[in-house]
Amino acid sequence: MGFGPFLLLALMESAVTAATLALTAVGLSLVFGVMRVVNVAHGEFFMLGAVAAWFITNFIGGPPWFAFLMALALAPLAVAAIAALADRLILKRLDYEPEATIVATIGLLYIFQQAALSFYGPQAMPVEPPFNFRIQLPWFGYSAYKLSVILLAALVLIGVWLFLTRSKAGLVMRATQVDRETAQAFGIDTDRVYAAVFALGAGLAAIAAVLIVPIAQAHYLMGHDPLLLAFITVIVGGLGSLRGTVIAAILIGLSDGLIAFFWSPTLAKILATLLVAMVLVFRPQGLFGARTT
Amino acid sequence: MKVWILHVAVLLALLVLLLVLPAYHATNLARIMVLAVFAIGYNLAFGYTGLLSLGHALFFAAGVYGAALPVTYLGFAQLPALIAGLVAGAVMAGLTGLLALRTAGVSFMIVTLMFAQAGYLSLLYFGEVTGGDEGLVLPGAAGLIPGLSADAARTTIAYGLFALALIASLLLVRGRFGRTMVAMRENEERSRMLGYNPFAVKLAALVLSGLFAGASGAAYALLFGYAGASFATIQYSILPMLWVLMGGAGTVLGPLIGTAAMFYLVDIAGSYTTATLLFVGVALVLLILFAPRGILGTIRERWLPWLP
Amino acid sequence: MTKHLIGHAPSRRSVLKGMGAGLVAASAFPGYTWAQSSAPIKLGFQLHRTGIGAAYGRWYERTAQAALKVLNDGGGINGRPVEIVFEDDATDPKRGAEVVEKLASQAGCDAIFGPLFSHVVIGSAPRAGELKIPYLVCSEGYHVASGMLNRWTLQPGITDVRAQVSSMAPWVMQNLGKKVTMVYPDYAFGYDHRDFFTEAVKAQGGEVIAQIAIPPTETSFTRYLPQIPAETEVLYHVMVGPAVLTFVKELGDFYGSGARPQIFGFIDSLEAVDTATPGLEFLEGTHFWEGHNRVKQADASEAETFYRAAVGVDDNGASVSDAKDVSTYAHMFSCWETLFIIKQGMEAAGYQGPADRQKFVEAIEAMTAFEAGNDHPQGAKMFNGKTHQVFGHQFISKVEGGKLIRVHQTAIEDGMYPDAVDYTTQSF
Repeated sequence: MGFGPFLLLALMESAVTAATLALTAVGLSLVFGVMRVVNVAHGEFFMLGAVAAWFITNFIGGPPWFAFLMALALAPLAVAAIAALADRLILKRLDYEPEATIVATIGLLYIFQQAALSFYGPQAMPVEPPFNFRIQLPWFGYSAYKLSVILLAALVLIGVWLFLTRSKAGLVMRATQVDRETAQAFGIDTDRVYAAVFALGAGLAAIAAVLIVPIAQAHYLMGHDPLLLAFITVIVGGLGSLRGTVIAAILIGLSDGLIAFFWSPTLAKILATLLVAMVLVFRPQGLFGARTT
Repeated sequence: MKVWILHVAVLLALLVLLLVLPAYHATNLARIMVLAVFAIGYNLAFGYTGLLSLGHALFFAAGVYGAALPVTYLGFAQLPALIAGLVAGAVMAGLTGLLALRTAGVSFMIVTLMFAQAGYLSLLYFGEVTGGDEGLVLPGAAGLIPGLSADAARTTIAYGLFALALIASLLLVRGRFGRTMVAMRENEERSRMLGYNPFAVKLAALVLSGLFAGASGAAYALLFGYAGASFATIQYSILPMLWVLMGGAGTVLGPLIGTAAMFYLVDIAGSYTTATLLFVGVALVLLILFAPRGILGTIRERWLPWLP
Repeated sequence: MTKHLIGHAPSRRSVLKGMGAGLVAASAFPGYTWAQSSAPIKLGFQLHRTGIGAAYGRWYERTAQAALKVLNDGGGINGRPVEIVFEDDATDPKRGAEVVEKLASQAGCDAIFGPLFSHVVIGSAPRAGELKIPYLVCSEGYHVASGMLNRWTLQPGITDVRAQVSSMAPWVMQNLGKKVTMVYPDYAFGYDHRDFFTEAVKAQGGEVIAQIAIPPTETSFTRYLPQIPAETEVLYHVMVGPAVLTFVKELGDFYGSGARPQIFGFIDSLEAVDTATPGLEFLEGTHFWEGHNRVKQADASEAETFYRAAVGVDDNGASVSDAKDVSTYAHMFSCWETLFIIKQGMEAAGYQGPADRQKFVEAIEAMTAFEAGNDHPQGAKMFNGKTHQVFGHQFISKVEGGKLIRVHQTAIEDGMYPDAVDYTTQSF
């Protein structure tokens, strides 16, 4: 295969990675930005979304597209509800103290993993894609569903952006992010805002997972890599900048995909990791973050 | 004076425990003491200086391989290998610090995480030498100290290392440098105006922290006879943080308590239930709800304000 | 708190109690041999209950439980009942060594068996050697026969990777093609495949034209597929971990119904995965190595039928109670067979208690062959006491109608290679 087709394939793959990464990372960015909470359990919300999608599609049955749409609607809601509950029961009582919340979310991580292991099982199981259409290009074939993931993720991201910039609830969230005390002084119930933000962040991770699960199966340990990548993306993009998060997701998706063309894959991973780390070393506030300490 | 009596008493109690406990728990205690050295090192950076690192697996693994590679390929005896591992941990921390300390807060956390991830992948990439994920088998503790059985030698070295680390950390945090570290944690700007160079102080703290981590990694590999890339995974960055937070960040004995608590949490969970992760997870959540500053941190806050 | 916890001996553990389990544990009265004659023999099982190996662990536990029941129903070992203590190692080498310690020192087990993942075995074996407790692994890694481990570590239940891949190569060369591209994980497990298969292919006059190593953190594989040279005749794939199904599906998307090379895979790529999963249709007509045929074959032996029913596996290789719960059939027989080898070894050694552990290891080292039968449902095997490694038949299956149908069975000798170590010359 020539350079051109290879590049095309790498680009398409990177775009899929970037799309789901952007969703997961925007969720984390909201939580991180508004609540200042390092949510170690964010990857587990991703995992729970995928597992929930498996249960929902199996329970509902019917044509794959219908079952999948139901999963896309219900799984994120279920995960968001769990997150809101966790916020009320645990994080709020810790007063969002950064160090205590790290331990608490590590605890949640274990609890969610065990729940998935006990009720779902240790094996990886797939969800049937809503449609099984393969695009045959002259050089290789490609799953049409994967391309639709890019589109769907973009739509969700636009929705989130509209919600945050145009709706009152979004405005309240952003106000709380900028200054919690002032927001309280203006009569904003910040407890509710925090619960909503935590739920929204978890729900976005779950949406990403539902989109990816027809490609990558649900597995009880699948939350690990999305968590690390999402953290990296949020910080590189610049804390508090959703635009930065999305751009960082695209850059990280691309660097991962393209460097692999020139070096052996594991070496490429090492180089890509160091490259992204260097971005932060020389621009600690991230690509689009305001310089603060 | 109270402080010294307490710490000497703890060391004596450990010695007694090592002698009277059944074999299984005595070996566990040896493991806990070695790993607590790692936690003490993490505590110096995080608990006292305020450097939240997610990259300490890199320094621990530097210690593991800094000791394992010379033993395997250069025919090092084990005690020189221990020194080599300790130095490797400090050097790795120094190199990381030179770059990563340009950042602070969450950026520092992520940069150290990524360096550690690159380190882990490098261990796999150079698998021909490092044994990669499978790892290397080392000679073990037998013959470490002439005339002592493997178990006795292991316990002696683990205890000696821990006692040294504990006393060193106590001297350190009660000394001038310790106060400088805390000042850095509390208010970097102010300590800068007082004439300290924050970068130099933080770098020194990180190097010390890496030295402890390296010593712990080297001792673990040498005493238990195995080095592998799994010691460089993110898990080994999160664990010391968890141990320190459980025991109490910024307390001298907290790392030991946290390490022991976590070890026995997992061990006991395995005996009582097949849902081990649930058991551990619930215990962590409850612990932090009722002791948000960790075990010793909460005790200090409520009852014993003089605890170091 | 620490002290309190240390004093806290577990009272309710996941022990399978055999007959007479209420009797005093043997090790409590080392001087009185009469007290041991009817006390249960205690075996430790190092189980991947959590962590990356959990899908295997679940079936390893079920298989060991089933074998234990058969063993005890048949009178146990030397007339003594047997119990197994299962302990989770989280598929982690550090915890693995601690579990060996716990099973040996605290639970007082006579021997330990059961781990699969290589890094756990390599991380735990040194401690088993120090504790001088027999450690019988079910891991198919080449680390036992390579001489890396010690006298107390044996692998009598499953053929190692080196023998597996070498014995496959002739058939692959003669029936599928001579120009091979290999896709494997970029770490030690993958390197065993790379090195030994490449060597075996050369010996057969074939050629490995490309080696594609996939980094361990990868969850998507499509971008590696263009590196497969167009002139490839056989694509050899082996992947492990939760992402394996993705790999196989993406391979399907990539080639579609168009021209493609012959595909030969290790079933590891699909252990615990249903071959009839939507999206895997393209596997039709491809070949797999199997250590034990997942789908019940037309010529299945009585022992095979007996084993399958005892473990609770249906004719398709899934759990009889849940068709979605697919077994790790190609590997898990090793737990069953290892338990019966422990029985044979202990009876040959006249095993009474931990003082006879050395005699037990020597008794196993003296074994040379195992006959097919209920104790060895996977088939006959030859054991090399010097390298502590067993050699058995391997199977090549073809996917026909979504099911794996055996098309070739290797001879045991096909996989043998020169000894790299003689453990019997090492001290205990």
